[in-house]
Amino acid sequence: MKSLSNRTIWGYRRENGRVGVRNYVAILPLDDISNAACEAVAAHIQGTIALPHAYGRLQFGADLELHFRTMIGTGANPNVAACVVIGIEPLWTQKVVEGIAKTGKPVAGFSIEGNGDIATVAAASRKAKEFVHLASEQVRVECPLTDVWVAAKCGESDTTTGLASCPTVGNMYDKLVPLGLYGCFGETSELTGAEHLAAARAVSPEISAKFMKTWSAYQKDVIEAHKTSDLSDSQPTKGNIAGGLTTIEEKALGNLEKIGKQIKYIDVLEPAEAPARGAGLYFMDTSSAAAECCTLQAAAGYVIHCFPTGQGNVIGNPIMPVIKISGNPRTVRVMSEHIDVDVSGIVRREMTIDQAGDLMIDTIARTANGRFTAAEALGHREFVMTKLYRSA
Amino acid sequence: MATTSHRTPHLLVHDHRDNVGVVVVEDLKAGTDLFVVVTEDNSEMRAVNNQDVPIGHKVALKDLTVGDTVIKYGQDIGRVVAPIRKGDHVHTHNLKTKRW
Repeated sequence: MKSLSNRTIWGYRRENGRVGVRNYVAILPLDDISNAACEAVAAHIQGTIALPHAYGRLQFGADLELHFRTMIGTGANPNVAACVVIGIEPLWTQKVVEGIAKTGKPVAGFSIEGNGDIATVAAASRKAKEFVHLASEQVRVECPLTDVWVAAKCGESDTTTGLASCPTVGNMYDKLVPLGLYGCFGETSELTGAEHLAAARAVSPEISAKFMKTWSAYQKDVIEAHKTSDLSDSQPTKGNIAGGLTTIEEKALGNLEKIGKQIKYIDVLEPAEAPARGAGLYFMDTSSAAAECCTLQAAAGYVIHCFPTGQGNVIGNPIMPVIKISGNPRTVRVMSEHIDVDVSGIVRREMTIDQAGDLMIDTIARTANGRFTAAEALGHREFVMTKLYRSA
Repeated sequence: MATTSHRTPHLLVHDHRDNVGVVVVEDLKAGTDLFVVVTEDNSEMRAVNNQDVPIGHKVALKDLTVGDTVIKYGQDIGRVVAPIRKGDHVHTHNLKTKRW
């Protein structure tokens, strides 16, 4: 068996050098009212996938910037071979097309105003068919495992998350990040109670201060500004409480286990911001809601996701395979169809964290090579934009 | 006192400073002679739970009074809001966040 540093997978080497592990032709709506046209194209042209979502009209300021960043980042993701963008009007549509085109991949935009849905769908379908032929001739090539960017976020956590599934992901990061992997964790609000420990894991005092500024802003601008109670009806969730988690502090300490014991994060990213300081672990400012966080991490360029769950979150993503890891013996029994990596042996003391980390790495490699995750096989395609405030 | 025992634990404790442990077996009945493992160093202890406790839920390792801090992972996870006896189920009825 090859040593970890020589380990390879079979992936798609894109025009910009990045490695994808899936080969989608995405039909991306700029805005909510273009969903119908995108879904019509995807229904017509086999081998394409529509990515409907709820927003894109009358947004402004930082919220609009985030919208564009998420749209462009999704189309630019290396799991997307080519992309058709459809919007109601040409200017913003073109802005997304130009952003995606910087990767060098095939991309084309279509707008509905003055044309109507039917003509737009016809023109976009012709282009989508052309892209399907291009994409379906792409051949997987051998690539270093560490060229696969791997994000993480946990959900429907319980106390086994901090004992087993999060330490499994942490062990994987401790082994692969020093070899050149790009990693990412987020969930700003769910680090509350462990923020001092998270701050201490930054690579420098500068990045530590950047983390604390981000965490404090979330507390002040989101939690304190909008809360009507002590949040105990939302955080921990009802599922968390059923699973034995009592307080946000307890939840946060388990959550943080997924960044391992040794590695440091090298930068703090805005939501959907692509990492720009080279290989390493990154913290991203995200909501702790699973679909929002995964959508932002995919838009930042991550191509595989590791998702520890205790009580059994069923989340997937349309363009990024989401691997589920659980250490809860009951969950892996009663929700087995959702779990890719069973690490319940850890709580029975039959499996070490080190062995679980190796199993995680194997599963990432197999998923990168093409194995469907449970979420992919079950058709989970949750694509949820983060919105910062109401539209104008 | 690390051992090589392969017995399945009933309760796992993260850190020797912790005053609670986590039930990792299903259908735990009150009064069970608990086999406890501290994951930090695989050391072993015994305890007894006073109530039936579901998998994933916490059991107190010592008596705690109102205002005390509950420690898990060697860290503060909240304050005691109702008296807790050693072996009691610890959850939302006797433990609250110090945040928010």
